[in-house]
Amino acid sequence: MSSRPQTLYEKIWAAHVVERRDDGTCLIYIDRHLVHEVTSPQAFEGLRVAGRRVRRPELTLAVPDHNLPTTPRVDAAGRLLPIADKESAAQLDALRRNTAEFGVDYIDATAAEQGIVHVVGPELGFTLPGTTLVCGDSHTSAHGALGALAFGIGTSEVEHVLATQTLLLSPSKTMEIRVDGALGFGVSAKDVILAIIGKIGAAGGTGYVVEYTGEVIRNLSVEGRLTIANMSIEGGARAGLVAPDETTFDYIKGRPMAPAGADWDRAVAWWRTLPSDPGAKYDRTVMLDASDIAPSLTWGTSPEDVVPITGAVPDPDSFADPAKRAAGWKSLDYMGLTPGTRMQDVDIGHVFIGSCTNSRIEDLRAAASVADGRRVADGVRAMVVPGSGLVKRQAEAEGLDRIFTNAGFEWREPGCSMCLAMNPDKVPPGERCASTSNRNFVGRQGPGARTHLLSPAMAAAAAVTGRLADVRDLMGAKS
Amino acid sequence: MQPVTVVTGTAYPWGAKNVDTDVIIPAHWLKTISRTGLGRGAFETVRAQPDNIFDNPRYAGSPVLIAGDNFGCGSSREHAAWALADMGVRAVIAPSFSDIFSGNAFKNGIVPVVLPQDAVDRLVEVAKDQPVTVDLETMTVTTPFQDRFPFELDSFRRQCLMEGLDEIGLTLARDTAISKFEGAMAEHRPWIEERRGYEGVVVEGAGRT
Ligand code: SF4
Repeated sequence: MSSRPQTLYEKIWAAHVVERRDDGTCLIYIDRHLVHEVTSPQAFEGLRVAGRRVRRPELTLAVPDHNLPTTPRVDAAGRLLPIADKESAAQLDALRRNTAEFGVDYIDATAAEQGIVHVVGPELGFTLPGTTLVCGDSHTSAHGALGALAFGIGTSEVEHVLATQTLLLSPSKTMEIRVDGALGFGVSAKDVILAIIGKIGAAGGTGYVVEYTGEVIRNLSVEGRLTIANMSIEGGARAGLVAPDETTFDYIKGRPMAPAGADWDRAVAWWRTLPSDPGAKYDRTVMLDASDIAPSLTWGTSPEDVVPITGAVPDPDSFADPAKRAAGWKSLDYMGLTPGTRMQDVDIGHVFIGSCTNSRIEDLRAAASVADGRRVADGVRAMVVPGSGLVKRQAEAEGLDRIFTNAGFEWREPGCSMCLAMNPDKVPPGERCASTSNRNFVGRQGPGARTHLLSPAMAAAAAVTGRLADVRDLMGAKS
Repeated sequence: MQPVTVVTGTAYPWGAKNVDTDVIIPAHWLKTISRTGLGRGAFETVRAQPDNIFDNPRYAGSPVLIAGDNFGCGSSREHAAWALADMGVRAVIAPSFSDIFSGNAFKNGIVPVVLPQDAVDRLVEVAKDQPVTVDLETMTVTTPFQDRFPFELDSFRRQCLMEGLDEIGLTLARDTAISKFEGAMAEHRPWIEERRGYEGVVVEGAGRT
C-alpha cells in the first residue's frame, strides 16, 4: 500500500488495472456491463463477423428501454403485443436474438423487472460499489451514486467489452464537487445537480471524474444521489462518484443480484475501505452552499441554462462571452421566450415525469404529494412513466397510481418514453414541456419541442397550474 | 478500419460551439441495426434551415469539419461518428471534444484534432474558399497560406489510425494478462463473478427504496 492519500476514484482504478502501458494508458477490467437495444446491435454484429464470443456473459445484463412504447404492452396471456414501428421492432428483436445467441442475461419487455437500464441496474443489485460498470449510454454515470466507477461508452467499446471484458483507458483528472449545508424547503436532488451544472457549465467537467461530497450528498438517499450522478455527463464529466456509506449498504442489502452471506460481509468490508482518504488531492474543487440553491429549472437548450423558479428569462446581451450571447439568442428563439419574462409566467402544454434521472419511487412520491387532491390544468397533457416494472408495482402498492390518475395524469408502462424522441411519446413541434428528464437539447423530446428541465415535484406543480410554478407555493397548503 | 495518414480537401467552416450528438444525428435515426447509411440523417436539424453550410455545394463531401468548443457533447451514440464517416468526414478540428465522442471518432477512422481557439478561428476564415490539410505524419494542420498549426494525439491512437489497427484484436492478444487478473479477482473479490443470474431471481421488494 502506498502511503499517499488516495481518492475513491484512484482506489477503484488501481483495483482494476490489468496492465499499465508505458504511455500511462491502462487496460482496465470491467466488472459489470449493461446493454440496451439501441447501441448494441452493431457490436454483436461485429463479434459475429469476426467470429468472436462474449468473454464473460455472466457479467453482462441486457434490457430494452429506449424504443418500447409505454402503452400497455402485453396481451391477456402475457405475450408482447406487436410494436407498430417496424424499425423499433427490429431493434428490439435484434437484442432478443443477440443475447440468446451469445448467452447474455436478458430481461424481456414482458418481465416485471424490465425498465430503464439505469434504474434496473441499481434496483436489482447488479450495480455495486467499487465496481467498474459500463453501458453504451452516456447516463451510465448514474451508477456512480453507489460508488461504482460507471461511464458511458460507444458501440465499438461495447464490442470491445463484450469480447475482452476490458477497456483501454487513460486516467482522468479528478474534481471534487462539495455541497455543504442543508437543503431548503422544497429543494430536491434535481435542483442540486441543476445548480451544479449552472455553475460549472455544460463542458466544465470534461476530462474529469467528479466526486460529489459534503453534507448535502451524505444526507441524500441513494435515489437522490442517483439523480445527481446521472446528470454528471450534462456537466461534461464522464463519471460522477459518491463514496459508499451505510446508506449505500442498506440500499443494496438483499437485492436480488447483490452478494449475500459470507460474500456480503467480505464485500462490505472492502467497500468500507473505498472512500477517499483524508488529505487526498483532487485536481479541482468546486464548492456550493445548499442555502443558495432554490427550486430551479432550465430556460434554454443547454442544461447549463439554469435559473431559480423565482427568476426571469435572462437577457443574452448581458452575457460577456460573444459566443454565449449568440447561442443565448438562438436558444431563446427556439424556446419561444423573451428576456425578462418571469419563469412563473410561462405556460406549458406538456408534463413528463420519468427518465433515468427521476422515475424512481421517491420521485413518484414527491410528484404525487403535489398532485394529490389537485387536477391537471385544462389543456395540459401530463404523463407519469415509472422507471421500471418494479417501481411501477411499488407505486401501485402505495396507491400513487390512483393519486395520479384521479388528478388527470396518464399512468404508463416503464421505459425511456418522452425523454428522447425514439418511441411514440413525443412533444409536438413548438409545444412546451416541463420535464424531469436530463436533456433540453434542440429536438430532444421531438422535432421543435421546447423542454424545461426540473424536479418531479416542480413538474407536478407545473401540471396542476398549467405554467412553470414554484412548488413551494403548493406544498403544505392544498388549494 | 481504413488507415489514415493525411486528410486533405475542402472543410466545412462551421465553428459552432457545444454541438451535441443529438444535432449530429437525431434520435430517430438511431433505430438502425447497421453502421452505414447514416449520412442522410447527419445534421438534419441544421439542414432544415435555409443557407446552411452542409447543403452549400461549395463544401459538399468535405473531408474536414471545423467546429467550436465541446464538439460531440451529450449522448454517447457512436452513430454520430458513423454519420460523419458516412458523409465523408475524416477529420474534425475543434478547440475541445467531449471525451466519449473523441473515443468514438478514433475507432471509426476520424481524426479529432484539438487546436487552440485562435487557430480554429483562422481555419474557419481560410476554409471559406481554401482547402485544409491534416497530416498525421507531421502532426500539423496546414493551409495553402503560411498556416502551420501543430497538434497532439495519443501515440497509441495515432498508431491505430495510421495503421488501421483493430483494437479488439490487440487486446485479445493480452489474454494471459486478463486471465491472470480474473484469477486474482476470483480470490479477492469473489462476489464480482458470483453474481446471481437473472433467471429465477427473487424480486419481491426489489423496487423498495
Ligand atoms: S431515460 Fe433518457 S437519458 Fe435515460 S437512458 Fe433513457 S433515453 Fe437515455
